[in-house]
Amino acid sequence: MSEPLLSVQGLRKHFVQRKGFPRPRTVIVRAVEDVSFTIAPGEAFGLVGESGCGKSTAARALLRLIEPDAGQVTYRGQDVRSARGSALKALRRKMQIVFQDPYSSLDPRQTIGSALMEPMRVHGIATGRDARDRAAALLEEVGLPPGALDRLPHEFSGGQRQRIGIARALTLEPELIVADEPVSALDVSVQAQVLLLLKQLRERRGLSFLFVSHDLSVVRWFCDRVAVMYLGRIVEEGPSGRVLADPLHPYAKMLREASPVPDPAQRGVLPRIVGEIPSAANPPPGCPFHPRCAQAMPVCSTTAPRWTSAAGGGGVACHLHG
Amino acid sequence: MIWFVAKRLLAAVPTLLAVLTVVFIIVRIVPGDPALVILGDQATAEAAAALRTRLGLDQPMWVQYWTFVSNALTGNFGASLVTGRPILEEVGAVLPHTIDLTLASMVLGVVVGVPVGIWAALHRNRAIDVAARLLSLLGLSFPVFVSGIYLLLLFGLHWRLFPVIGNADLSDFGDRLHKVVLPAVALGLTMAAYITRVTRSAMLHSLGEDYIRTARAKGVPWRRVVWVHGLRNASLPVVTVVGLYVGILIGNSVLTEIVFNRPGLGKIIVGALNQRDYAMLQGLMVIYCFLIVVVNLVTDLLYGVMDPRVKQA
Amino acid sequence: MSATAEAPAIQRVSGWRKALGKARSNPTTLVGAVICLVILLAAILAPWIAPHDPAEQDIISRLAPPGGEYPLGTDQFGRDILSRLLWGAQISLTVSLGAIAVACVIGGSIGMVSGYIGGRFDLFVMQVMDVLLSFPSLILGLIVVALLGPDLVNLVVAIALTAIAPFARIARAPTLALKERAFVEAGHALGYSHLRIIFRHILPNILPEVMVMASLWMATAVRVEASLSFIGLGVKPPTPTWGGMTRDGFENILDSPWLAIFPGMAILLLVLGLNMVGDGLRDATDPKLRNE
Ligand SMILES: Nc1ncnc2c1ncn2[C@@H]1O[C@H](COP(=O)(O)OP(=O)(O)O)[C@@H](O)[C@H]1O
Ligand code: SF4
Ligand SMILES: [Mg+2]
Repeated sequence: MSEPLLSVQGLRKHFVQRKGFPRPRTVIVRAVEDVSFTIAPGEAFGLVGESGCGKSTAARALLRLIEPDAGQVTYRGQDVRSARGSALKALRRKMQIVFQDPYSSLDPRQTIGSALMEPMRVHGIATGRDARDRAAALLEEVGLPPGALDRLPHEFSGGQRQRIGIARALTLEPELIVADEPVSALDVSVQAQVLLLLKQLRERRGLSFLFVSHDLSVVRWFCDRVAVMYLGRIVEEGPSGRVLADPLHPYAKMLREASPVPDPAQRGVLPRIVGEIPSAANPPPGCPFHPRCAQAMPVCSTTAPRWTSAAGGGGVACHLHG
Repeated sequence: MIWFVAKRLLAAVPTLLAVLTVVFIIVRIVPGDPALVILGDQATAEAAAALRTRLGLDQPMWVQYWTFVSNALTGNFGASLVTGRPILEEVGAVLPHTIDLTLASMVLGVVVGVPVGIWAALHRNRAIDVAARLLSLLGLSFPVFVSGIYLLLLFGLHWRLFPVIGNADLSDFGDRLHKVVLPAVALGLTMAAYITRVTRSAMLHSLGEDYIRTARAKGVPWRRVVWVHGLRNASLPVVTVVGLYVGILIGNSVLTEIVFNRPGLGKIIVGALNQRDYAMLQGLMVIYCFLIVVVNLVTDLLYGVMDPRVKQA
Repeated sequence: MSATAEAPAIQRVSGWRKALGKARSNPTTLVGAVICLVILLAAILAPWIAPHDPAEQDIISRLAPPGGEYPLGTDQFGRDILSRLLWGAQISLTVSLGAIAVACVIGGSIGMVSGYIGGRFDLFVMQVMDVLLSFPSLILGLIVVALLGPDLVNLVVAIALTAIAPFARIARAPTLALKERAFVEAGHALGYSHLRIIFRHILPNILPEVMVMASLWMATAVRVEASLSFIGLGVKPPTPTWGGMTRDGFENILDSPWLAIFPGMAILLLVLGLNMVGDGLRDATDPKLRNE
């Protein structure tokens, strides 16, 4: 593999919450415990897992939207975590994010045109007429009429807003787009269109993607490689065809069985409850999956499994394959 | 419950300390040498220096601050620079007048505001309601010195129903009552207006609640439902408003006392300002602020007692 | 989640427009707006429409009753009450507009920044605001004016000081909610500075709340200015102020009651007009209070 575009090593983010009076108890939510992966230029990398397993937190931490507690993030060899001021601003140009909720991701009182031109102005890419032309071109690229420039977000549907959010992410001409469940808040009928748009953009602009989803069939369709996350850790990683068709990790298997239909029109979304999901505030010792694992062995509840390479690329963390 | 009370009490401590600090700072910025203010411009340098020593003004700032805070916390607010009498004594002498006025206006506010508010809510959007809303808006808009002067002109000078000068004989209850009527109406007007609005809106909320409908369905007489359940629910916001209103009440009582020429705390503070009696000013501000902090605390606690949901928050 | 979930986001924006429309169709608000407008015009046009110079003393017709050459009578120096009222409107409006503008900008910024930063800083700032709120506002105004000396600027400062804490609170609450919305995070991702996010993206969204608050507090500011002038701590004579005129009139209340009645009426009218407008705006923008 060539030099990676993005490399994440040992990323960690804990949330500390203090609750109660008079003796506040400190609760540590281990949202992201240990996450490592790399994304090659032009590659689409998927991150799947149940809701609450830390996908969004990992995505936000590597973009420095929240400060990670530990780990290393490098973009084209540059240390992301130590970047400050103009260096960080320059990095922001290269990595953009598309949010899950199109309703809260746009400033309700800012016109679409202003929302698209503001980033260009801030980064000195374009101003005035030039910026407006670029904004109109971006709207066209995401399938919206130029008349949308002077309108406010509330005049658009969810799918249209998500297109606007995508256009805004493109204003800075980034190389990597982090898409955090970009279609899961949309009507099923418009999900496919927005996915198609993302795929076209990827091909046309040669974009790399970190594609976060809890929908296996979407990931299989969109991504080259995929990592399966469970309670803040990656438990299996590899080419998406292999991992999703023939998973090694019992958890990945469970996910697959829960969504067996490859037809996107009928695809099943992951069941939220398959056994009791342990809390990220109180993860079990040993393999974090052992309380729910059908193949758990005595060693699983005492010793955390090591990361082992898998045939055909990637790896898995499970005593069955250690 | 105990923890809830303790938490609120604890939270009031830093506020009190900060208030004391602000008062201390404000008073130190007053231009002019207090010693010269007391002794007059002709005072000899030795006399002034002696007085400064006696007042502790020659001490370093932090010593003065420490003395001030510890005195204030033990209820020692110092002595007037003009009369030399302890501030608590000066305040105590006029306090009955102020309490008469404040209590009377509060009672008036509640007695008028609560029924009118309930009444208006029961006749929502009908003539009675519209009238109540407009009148309460009007009451809210009367600067207390304007309503005071108008009342004085009408009832004091024109019809001569009430005395114009408000200095009551404290030992004569009838006299006190007679003389407090006009000022209390002037002062209570705004209060009644506030309470009318709050009661009305609280009533509208609670009338829409399920249990009221249930009680009604069960055949409990409507009047009883309204007055028992409605009132209980409306009392919560009213308590809050009374608490919030204390600050306004204090300011307004200053104006009322001027208009009706009544003795009271407001009169003292204006006098202290004019005479640059900075010790008096300092003491009064501390007393006022303590009062507000305590009232806020009490309404907070009352709120907690009356609404069990608050305790969890 | 389906498209119906967008309701709250949409209501915020169009709600403000609808609210304005609603407020316009509310007779109370309309009457209030007319009152305010008339007084504003009177203040602006005072130099041209006032029948007399407000400082001109007519020794022969001192304490003249209303009617004739002096429609509202004259004061103890023989100055025309009507002209003084018209000029006095300028002081009332200047001081209260100035004070509310200052309180709005300073208090609003404090509230936004404090809520945006959050954490211990926010707790501390709000504690300081609580302390400010523990001072009875008229007493605080009284002391500040007494310290700084009574003139127009100091009045503005004193009244603004009493209103900063409420504005900080009203600005902070929605900021706390807004900063959790994804568009703020999007701003970070796009490399916007904190100041840009606060003032270009949060501010426009809290403006409706703050403006309603401002219109309600205008009424309070007018009342406090008048009260301070009545106590004798207003803009110094011979500049006419409504509170000062009421005070002068009060001293002659036995033989010339109109001297106190008219300026008192003027204050009452302006405060009432402002309250009517503010009330209508608040009812129209606060969904909880709508139709109540
Ligand atoms: N700001 C936060 N403060 C405290 N806990 C958080 C915060 N953000 C996320 N969490 C917790 O971290 C865990 C992972 O959340 P998230 O990354 O959003 O999961 P996902 O995106 O996979 O659904 C959850 O338990 C969530 O409650
Ligand atoms: S390590 Fe053990 S418990 Fe964990 S997934 Fe593998 S078999 Fe199951
Ligand atoms: Mg998520």
